[in-house]
Amino acid sequence: MFKRVLVANRGEIAVRVMRTCREMGIETVAVYSDADARALHVTVADRAVRIGGPAPADSYLAQGAILDAARATGADAIHPGYGFLSENPEFAAACAAAGVTFIGPPPDAMAKLGSKTAARRLAEAAGVPVVPGAIPADQSEAAIVEAVRGVGFPVLLKPSEGGGGIGMKAVHDAASLPPAIAQARREAEAAFGDGTLYVERLVTRPRHIEFQILGDRHGAVVHLFERECSIQRRHQKVLEETPSTAVTPALRQRMGAAAVALAQAAGYYNAGTVEFLVDGAGDGAQFYFLEINARLQVEHPVTETVTGVDLVRAQLGVAAGQPLPWTQAELAQTGHAIEVRICAEDPRQDFLPQAGVLALYREPSMPGIRVDSGVTEGAEVSVHYDSLLAKLIACGETRDAARRRAQEALERFPILGIRTNVPLLIRLLAHERFVAGDLDTHFLTTEAASLLPEPGAPAADALAVADAAARTPVTGAGRTTQAEDPWTALKGLRV
Amino acid sequence: MERLVADLRARLQRVREGGDERAIRRHRDQGKLLVRERLEQLLDRGAPFLELSPLAANGVYDDDTPGAGLVTGIGRVSEREVLIVANDATVKGGTYYPLTVKKHLRAQQVAIDNRLPCLYLVDSGGAYLPLQAEVFPDREHFGRIFFNQARMSAEGIAQIAVVMGSCTAGGAYVPAMSDETIIVKGTGTIFLGGPPLVKAATGEDVTAEDLGGADVHARHSGVADYLADDDAHALELARTIVSTLHTTKPLPGDRTEPEPPAHDPADLYGIVSADTRHPYDVREVIARLVDGSRFDEFKRLYAPTVVTGFARLHGFLVGFVANNGVLFSESALKATHFIELCNLRGIPLIFLQNITGFMVGRQYERGGIAKDGAKMVHAVANATVPKFTVVIGGSFGAGNYGMCGRAYDPRFLWMWPNARISVMGGEQAAAVLSTVKRDQLARDGRELGADEETQIRTPILEKYEQEGSPYYSTARLWDDGILDPLQTRDALALAISAACNAPMAPPRYGIFRM
Repeated sequence: MFKRVLVANRGEIAVRVMRTCREMGIETVAVYSDADARALHVTVADRAVRIGGPAPADSYLAQGAILDAARATGADAIHPGYGFLSENPEFAAACAAAGVTFIGPPPDAMAKLGSKTAARRLAEAAGVPVVPGAIPADQSEAAIVEAVRGVGFPVLLKPSEGGGGIGMKAVHDAASLPPAIAQARREAEAAFGDGTLYVERLVTRPRHIEFQILGDRHGAVVHLFERECSIQRRHQKVLEETPSTAVTPALRQRMGAAAVALAQAAGYYNAGTVEFLVDGAGDGAQFYFLEINARLQVEHPVTETVTGVDLVRAQLGVAAGQPLPWTQAELAQTGHAIEVRICAEDPRQDFLPQAGVLALYREPSMPGIRVDSGVTEGAEVSVHYDSLLAKLIACGETRDAARRRAQEALERFPILGIRTNVPLLIRLLAHERFVAGDLDTHFLTTEAASLLPEPGAPAADALAVADAAARTPVTGAGRTTQAEDPWTALKGLRV
Repeated sequence: MERLVADLRARLQRVREGGDERAIRRHRDQGKLLVRERLEQLLDRGAPFLELSPLAANGVYDDDTPGAGLVTGIGRVSEREVLIVANDATVKGGTYYPLTVKKHLRAQQVAIDNRLPCLYLVDSGGAYLPLQAEVFPDREHFGRIFFNQARMSAEGIAQIAVVMGSCTAGGAYVPAMSDETIIVKGTGTIFLGGPPLVKAATGEDVTAEDLGGADVHARHSGVADYLADDDAHALELARTIVSTLHTTKPLPGDRTEPEPPAHDPADLYGIVSADTRHPYDVREVIARLVDGSRFDEFKRLYAPTVVTGFARLHGFLVGFVANNGVLFSESALKATHFIELCNLRGIPLIFLQNITGFMVGRQYERGGIAKDGAKMVHAVANATVPKFTVVIGGSFGAGNYGMCGRAYDPRFLWMWPNARISVMGGEQAAAVLSTVKRDQLARDGRELGADEETQIRTPILEKYEQEGSPYYSTARLWDDGILDPLQTRDALALAISAACNAPMAPPRYGIFRM
């Protein structure tokens, strides 16, 4: 096993990875930008190395600086977290060249899966269904129009490179096709430097359901069941849960087998996620392969909660060359888990990212609640990075129990100083369609009106808390006391 | 840092086991309790014990002498703080090595400074004869123990001895000089000369019991006042004696309700690096020591390399002086001002040392950094409020003086496991000595080769590395022990409360060079 792991990330995921390392007796090294000098992940790590300025390109994407930090601290492995360099095959290769283990999939599999077109070809070859679509070899407008005719409306235009919803365009009729092609290409070129587009059938009420997979370096691959991530805003997930209300045992088996077959075809190892688009629900539902995310996902804790597996520990084991500790048959789902993402964004102002100081931030603690966070009270939330503050994961024997717990915990999660999406999440968890499990990826758009919190002044209790927080007692005065002498109070202390 | 703390715990654990197995068995066979069992029975149930220098003599002598064969510390007995000095007879028969004497005297100094009654649990063969030259003759040697006992007795600081084993030769004076003495039947003996010496001097054949046993002293000589059946009985008698001392401790009237720090003290492991050169903001440390993590900073915008301010610690109002970089003239003036404030108001001072020294260079010398540093040293030396020092990082050069190093009589001085202490950093010392050598050679028209330079540097670096270690320091009683950062807040609280046993002297200063 590794002696010292450098975590090339920040925020909650860096903290989460370090917690497992600590539990395993592995030392941790944090890297940080100037904006994060006092961030929680820096505090939690055994050592910390400054790697550059606040802009990601100067720090968390600066491969040279990160590898220098690994060398200087004697780290023998790097965990990339998610985002930043996590799916960068060049970085994975550079780690290997520097003699540091990259905790993730092999660079060649990553490269293969990074391109949507290549991944799609791989899926087709492995017999995994893909959304009906075409990748016009000729990228002229006429050829794309022709391809659209073959697939049939409605269609989705997507850039071949990249992800995160950038450059994707839904087109419902022939008239709006030409401007959509031009715009999609412009955006793809701007974002990824490659304007290649592909065309696929748009499923009108799709669900986003993904499978967690895990492979070792000896060829074994298992899946750890599904996660439903249909609650999205502009292709960014907001709430994830497992099991999915759409997945039956038979469907689960078919999808799981497809996910494993695909990973094996790609020569994949370590943790990854196979994303599917699902049309319908139950045994007869259709599923289509979307893409493989070659990293640990933000939403991995829901899987951990229902399987009892620590995915980071498993990643470290695989990276160290150990075989998977369980077979598919030994893995089971128990109960239900829901994760909500708490973000520094104001739902009332079109989710405008918020920056400022967390004047009051108290995480709830109650049965069945896990909070993975990268901030503490008094921390400064900067504009340089994504808006995720914390993830709250609730579990229960049933979906309803987990849902109520999540709701209850969110109501006991005071955050003052900056606005967050917590009010929206509370409404979402109580929404009747959500309660019924009637989900699709348009849910947040369709139901926006009933989910957005009402504008207006802060609640009276919030004002009272803010007032109390502002009036901290002064040092010199305060209520005097007959409090116990430390010699009486500190029972059993041996210094 | 966590590894350093784990190492510290392992070392403490080893020391707490006392002497070797054979010695422990022999000790038990005599019906005696082990020294730590005696402590547990003596202390109020569940009360804390603030041990002093548990790692004394660690690695100093060729023989293994855990804790220098002596356990000392402040504990609670019959609801008041007492200073306990207890011999461990399983370590070299409880004999006094040079560092045993130093540890005993340091404990007595703590009792003098804080006006704590002294309980001596005596079980010792006296001076360790092979090292008598380093134990017997000098001012701070064996004789000083009895001098201190006499002076403390005169000051009204009670001296109580419990004779639970041998008290031979000089050791006999511990019970004899005490205000009240208990002796255990069967195991306790007191005599100026033991049976072998008597035989040699007068030819008389006597047993130890006959010569100076419990009956002899409780019934005939009057050297002991109470006769105990066994260890447990003796300790119960000692608790009774303490309950009759008729003293009380005034706690400050403005104490507030204690409150844990708002920031988790466990973060200290991450904030403070094992490498003292790694910079961090010392306010992060203060935030994890004080009530509610509230700190009212004095002169926040001025001279930022020293941080000064007020806070509450377990409800006690305290002033902090903490390093946040090298000391400049302004930093020294700011610290001096703040020390005067606290001293005049009777607020205890806590120094958090992490200091490379005062700034050097032509500009600074001309600016009078020496006289500004002197002001700080003057203020610290003459401060009459209780002072507490924790070396949380480096302690180098004159910075050590200004920040209340051992020579400045802090009531307690602790180190963290990552701390380093020396007159300057090893690197600097090596550089200075290479430069001196180079200048010497230059006068003869020669040059210093790279090999020669390495030959000068390497041994110096190694020496500073070894002697700068907190374990080297604590073994020699340059401090009162190495603290787990997580125990620092509680240790300080116990120390501040214990310091309330002594009234504060009125503030008084000499000449501040202007």
